[in-house]
Amino acid sequence: MGKNVVPEKFVSIAELSKKLVAGEITSVEICQSYIDACNATEADVKAFRVLDAEKILADAKASDARRAAGNALSAYDGVPIGIKDNISVTGEACGCASKILEGYEAPYDATVITKLKAAGFVCFGRLNMDEFAMGSSTENSAYDKTTNPWNTDCVPGGSSGGSAAAVAAGFCPATLGSDTGGSIRQPANFCGVVGLKPTYGRVSRFGLVAFASSLDQIGPLTVTVEDAAVLLDVLIGCDKMDSTTIPNQEGGFAAALSEETAPKKIGVPMSYIENEGLDADVKAATLKAIEQLKADGHEIVEVELPHADYAIAAYYVIATAEASTNLARFEGVRYGNRAQSNDLLEMYTKTRENGFGAEVKRRILLGTFVLSSGYYDAYYLKAQKVRTLIKQDFEKAFEKCDVILTPVTPSTSFEFGSVKDPLQMYLSDIYTISVNLAGNCAISVPNGEASNGMPIGLQFIGPILGEKELLQTAHIFEGLQKEAK
Amino acid sequence: MEYDVVIGLEVHVQLKSESKMFCSCANEYGAEPNTNVCPICLGYPGVLPVPNIKMIQKTALAGMMIDCDVAKFSKFDRKSYFYPDQAKNYQITQADLPICLEGKIDISGKGLSGKDLPTKSIGVERIHMEEDVAKSTHFGNCTGVDFNRAGTPLMEIVSHPDMNSADEVYAYLTNLKQAMQYAGISDCDAEKGQIRCDVNISLKPKGAEKLGTKTEIKNLNSFRNAHASVEFEIKRQTKVLNEGGEIYQETRGWNAEKNHTYIMRVKESANDYRYFPEPDLLPVTFTDADLEEIRKEMPERPAERYNRYINELELPEYDAGVLTSEKAMSDYFDACVAAGAEAKATANWIMSELLRELNEANQTIADCKVKAEDLAKLLGLIAKKTINGKIAKKVFAEMFASGNDPEAIVKEKGLVQVTDKSAIEAFVDQAIEANPGPVEQYKEGKPNVDKFFVGQVMKLSRGKANPAMVIEMIKEKLG
Repeated sequence: MGKNVVPEKFVSIAELSKKLVAGEITSVEICQSYIDACNATEADVKAFRVLDAEKILADAKASDARRAAGNALSAYDGVPIGIKDNISVTGEACGCASKILEGYEAPYDATVITKLKAAGFVCFGRLNMDEFAMGSSTENSAYDKTTNPWNTDCVPGGSSGGSAAAVAAGFCPATLGSDTGGSIRQPANFCGVVGLKPTYGRVSRFGLVAFASSLDQIGPLTVTVEDAAVLLDVLIGCDKMDSTTIPNQEGGFAAALSEETAPKKIGVPMSYIENEGLDADVKAATLKAIEQLKADGHEIVEVELPHADYAIAAYYVIATAEASTNLARFEGVRYGNRAQSNDLLEMYTKTRENGFGAEVKRRILLGTFVLSSGYYDAYYLKAQKVRTLIKQDFEKAFEKCDVILTPVTPSTSFEFGSVKDPLQMYLSDIYTISVNLAGNCAISVPNGEASNGMPIGLQFIGPILGEKELLQTAHIFEGLQKEAK
Repeated sequence: MEYDVVIGLEVHVQLKSESKMFCSCANEYGAEPNTNVCPICLGYPGVLPVPNIKMIQKTALAGMMIDCDVAKFSKFDRKSYFYPDQAKNYQITQADLPICLEGKIDISGKGLSGKDLPTKSIGVERIHMEEDVAKSTHFGNCTGVDFNRAGTPLMEIVSHPDMNSADEVYAYLTNLKQAMQYAGISDCDAEKGQIRCDVNISLKPKGAEKLGTKTEIKNLNSFRNAHASVEFEIKRQTKVLNEGGEIYQETRGWNAEKNHTYIMRVKESANDYRYFPEPDLLPVTFTDADLEEIRKEMPERPAERYNRYINELELPEYDAGVLTSEKAMSDYFDACVAAGAEAKATANWIMSELLRELNEANQTIADCKVKAEDLAKLLGLIAKKTINGKIAKKVFAEMFASGNDPEAIVKEKGLVQVTDKSAIEAFVDQAIEANPGPVEQYKEGKPNVDKFFVGQVMKLSRGKANPAMVIEMIKEKLG
């Protein structure tokens, strides 16, 4: 029988910040307490790929010195944050939970890391994930299987499984993940934490090891919606290192949570809820959430997303096409593992054969196939057309509402090894994937527990650059949940 | 049997740029291997390309120089293949929507072989941008890869198959290079690999509609090699066809030492590069205003300058051709004329004295210490008869070595021409007195003896006597 290692109490980064500013606690004390938490139960959870306590405490000490000298970089100077193993931090491993990057140390900071460091956040370890962010259970890590802190027999979700599990297990107050088809929201939902995928182009991808460049987006996993807003304020911005970032962005998301707002218009695609594959508990929780929001004075409107059925197919064409080229650079010539051979081609093939796991290979093959001459029009081009239609579906839906409400996944977390068919595994992203194709923002917030004791989440989807409305709505719902308890 | 020759070129031109195409590394020729590199051009995990907008604009300008349409919407694509010269194992290039489309390069005049060229326009199908690959150097049992060149900005200029001879190929390349140099797009220094070309060539029976099978000659690193390889390939293919043989679609190399092409690889099946739009870069868009801004940077084009030299400065076609062949030389000429020098005298001086000195010193005009204004001054001294031509050459040699002002040199060395009649008379008398033999010969009517006396007088005057006055005086004295 699996263990439940979820702590009784969580501390948000907003609370930590208040205490740090008031001088009630030091960064060293904070970091030490999280390291202690890791020492207690990390053996059960295995959320981290690397956790260098010495380095963390040295950074915490430096933060305390800054604050003592009156030079704190921000109110959050000294707050620890865990980093998914696919985001570059200078001098730290960035292995993407793959054998092929064994021994590789990043020589530069991702833009998000530069921003976090500029605000004084302390990078707190490297978090496990599905290899190259390909998967929905973190079972595709070439290393440990991260468990779900609610039940260690169950998966934490993926691909940001380590990032979600670390927050749920109380190993750190917040983490960064990346979301290509649901990789932040789905594990957040499985582990009962908040997970935000920003609008495509909100947050710089520079330094995020690419899986699917046109879909990837970095975002925070946190214990509260407010923390997600706080971190979004830090992370966003046009970046000259990433041509796909959106210019002239405005923040102020955390501040906007306390604004007086009119009741929200919340769109619900009934087809999502009537879906046969939707677990009864999840369905009930979703319907209950709709009732709670209605009772709180918000307007519920029905919306249609008619092309949603094609999202998974389009996604697996586009994402794998991009991935097949993004992962071409891993051949052992300049970094990482290299197989020995006197023949160049054999060196390439052996390195990649030994270095990549089965799911990564499957996706590289699929992506190579769909881009091949003679197949391009039938697959890649067609998928791009579907993508445009999905984007238009959302644009149309948002004419009628401020945000859209859906389940995050069809079911709660499942036991290790219980999903063997890759296609069935792909279906666990059915409610999240179209958001990445359209480029919208979305958030997963806790929505009670199922009869099996596992957490359920609720997804809110916002329009392009609609994070303010999105976070406000999620914050309202979070408040209703608390009241209900 | 007689054949029509059909030739098209793919030319790679390196853009002149301080930094690389997608990162801020220096774009520098000849640096220690792998010193101008960073995570981006080495394809490290997580990096993204940051486009060098200036180079995109320069490519548009390149298109304008050769009458292309600049696309208001173009995009970058990924071209996938595994090779160590390609850090990401895909190259960022442009497939179906290049920056420039449909231009032309005019050719006329004499070809390299001395034969007249037809006066015609050679169509340019497209210009697209891409990142250059790393440089591979093969050492016996291993290969070194230098990533200094990886990610430097490159243009590929694709012609229509409009050329019919080696001379036309040479003229096309020469005029293309000129256009690129004039707009400061590239120095096109072939020795540094700044311009490299591939030739596609096929033969078909004279007048036939259907094109013959083509061969591609790869990596020609000089215009002369391009010319020679085309000459060879025409002969080779003619011979094969005349003997009833078949031309195979193949890639050939050029052996410049042995003067022949050779098979590099036979095309079995087309490579599948799996092109698709580069998701890390936005499409390239130009507004009318953007294009107008770029067009403002268009310099006087080589043909315009050539015509100006002939029509306004009244230079012979030959002079106009030589001067405009290199932009730097032509700019130098213009600067001399602007400083007041007479056009034809300047052209003569540049084409004879200056080019000779540069060749001997193995320098280019960019290295030349003689300022254009100083050459104009020197030509002014000749025109005013302050010095004669012979002295002027000495002064010029000194200017070339030191970069000093010609007036200062003349003054310092006392080289002012002797035009004083009595002084010249004294030298002439001295020469006559010292050479009784030649005086006799002169009187006997022996030819060229007057020149002997001119030489003697110049010697005595240390070259400063005005030669015209000397000749007149000798005729007078010796009757």
